[in-house]
Amino acid sequence: MTTEAKAGAAGPRALAWQRRRRSAVRFWQQYRTHRAGLVGLAGLALFALLALTAPLTVGTDVSSVTGAPGRPMESPSAEFPLGTDRFGRDLLGLLVWGSRVSLLVGLLAAALSVAIGTTVGVTAGHFKGAYATVLMRITDWFLVMPTLVLAIALATVLPRSLGTVVLAIGVTSWPTTARLVRAQTLAVESRPYIERAKALGGGHWHVMSRHVLPNVMPLVLAQTTLMISSSVLAEATLAFLGVSDPTVLSWGGLLQDAREAGAVSSGNWWYLVPPGIAIAVVALAFTLCGRAVESVLNPRLGVGR
Amino acid sequence: MTADAPSASAVKAAAPAVRGQRARTATGYLRYGAGKVGGAAVSLLAVLATGFFLFRLIPGDPVKTMTGGRPISAEQLAAYREEFGLDLPLWQQFTDYCGKALTGDLGTSYQFRAPVVDKISEALPNTLLLTGTAFVLYTLLGIVLGTRSAWRHGGLGDRLNTGLALTLYSIPSFWLGLLLIIVFSVGVGPVPGLFPTGGMESGGEEGFAYVLDVAHHLILPVVTLVAVEYGQTLLVARSALLDEMGSDYLTTARAKGLRDDLVRRRHAVPNALLPTVTLVFVNLGRTVAGVILVETVFSWPGLGGLFYQALSVPDLPLVQGLFLFFAAAVIVMNTLADLVYPLLDPRVGR
Repeated sequence: MTTEAKAGAAGPRALAWQRRRRSAVRFWQQYRTHRAGLVGLAGLALFALLALTAPLTVGTDVSSVTGAPGRPMESPSAEFPLGTDRFGRDLLGLLVWGSRVSLLVGLLAAALSVAIGTTVGVTAGHFKGAYATVLMRITDWFLVMPTLVLAIALATVLPRSLGTVVLAIGVTSWPTTARLVRAQTLAVESRPYIERAKALGGGHWHVMSRHVLPNVMPLVLAQTTLMISSSVLAEATLAFLGVSDPTVLSWGGLLQDAREAGAVSSGNWWYLVPPGIAIAVVALAFTLCGRAVESVLNPRLGVGR
Repeated sequence: MTADAPSASAVKAAAPAVRGQRARTATGYLRYGAGKVGGAAVSLLAVLATGFFLFRLIPGDPVKTMTGGRPISAEQLAAYREEFGLDLPLWQQFTDYCGKALTGDLGTSYQFRAPVVDKISEALPNTLLLTGTAFVLYTLLGIVLGTRSAWRHGGLGDRLNTGLALTLYSIPSFWLGLLLIIVFSVGVGPVPGLFPTGGMESGGEEGFAYVLDVAHHLILPVVTLVAVEYGQTLLVARSALLDEMGSDYLTTARAKGLRDDLVRRRHAVPNALLPTVTLVFVNLGRTVAGVILVETVFSWPGLGGLFYQALSVPDLPLVQGLFLFFAAAVIVMNTLADLVYPLLDPRVGR
């Protein structure tokens, strides 16, 4: 009682911040009870640390072909714990270095995709009528489309670069977000305080940015986490199919290298196993986090702990 | 239909009403079906337009890209420009392209020097064999495991099932395929290679031996595809059944004294199947991605393998043709599912 009165004296902005901080604390307390979510979070922290400190731990010249320290295709040894690749480069170093591109592309592509999805979802939920109908038809079309084929086609016709990969993944993977956000927007807009805001003269932009967006943000957060997971997988897929930037090293690119070097037919499992595990662990960690966030926000989903 | 044993008079009295309802349902279904088919036609047109404009995004001269930067003479260039109709205005190019695509002319593959349609129809049966087998298996597996998981949700079996499904779902399909090849085809340590490393046949086999040979080649690709795809079906089936779990009709069924197993199989699962079927078809687009990768890894002579070959050149007419084909196939399959759906669930499409 006293704290609220004090906050009221401090102004509505401080009050809003206080409320936000309280809900963040509550969120964390509930998140903490999801063991799988915590495991995912720990995995993410580990990989983020590895990727950020890579220039210090493995050095920036680890992917240079000319100064390779070992002989080509060495099996794991004390000097090279994961063996060497077809140019004699240290595979452990390449794995750590590759995490930077894989995570970066995953994050950017997910951000792009969620941004498109949220814009489409909020506007389609807010402006009803023909605009929303057309937008949702487009969304459904994208939803059904084999998006990887579309992404590959896009990456084939555009210049080969990481930007192209981000674009190709981002513009093909937004429909699920759009559908979810639209449903949430419709639910939010049916509440009385939206009517109040409109009655007080709030325009479209005000309603969407001040009332709808903060309410769909938690959902968007969960969706972003899940999208990063699928974007990391998509990046690996595009790199493996050779439509990514061939000069940049990522986990998918490592796997493509391994296949081209004949690691499969000669049974050089050490060349193939680590990048795949890295991809799977990162994707799984993001999925676990996303599902934990989802079930904190919507306990009815029945997601197992 | 819901009452267990209605009296004869009640049936007689209800008969005209039922017939009237059926007639209404028939027109309702026609209207629903027409709507779905119309929507699919619009979607297919959108695919055509995307195919056209996507492959004109290419910076620079399309002819130069098609020839892969190989030096060609000015006459050849002019001939190509005329062949592909690049000297015409854009709208005319578009109508020409649509007309050709609708009559089954998707252009000529640059790399094979053969019509794209011929390459597709050559590879299609192989893809159908692989995808069809995998599709049936992963749908069944996902539904069986998913419904069992949901029935005992929170239990050890459920946690193991969803955990495994999520893990396999996070694994890149091509990587799993490569590992399976190393373990089961090349052999690790004392384990000898049990399966062929790729392809669809060893050659030289006839009759029944040929069938066995193809089946032998089919096992690893199908296992890979099922492993990466069944998780999605499992999760959908699981949450669909969880939605039904609290329903009154289940309590009624139990109150009648039905065994738990019967309540699940006869009452709960049929209702949970309906949303699952829809999502299985919506997710076909994802399956296409899996098929492309698995065929690439196992050198399966299907559409996915062809797509990879087209990419590595890049053979744009073939990429474009396959893009159109994959998208159209997924849309057609979804429309078929939409049309069958009201027959399974009378509540839809009234």
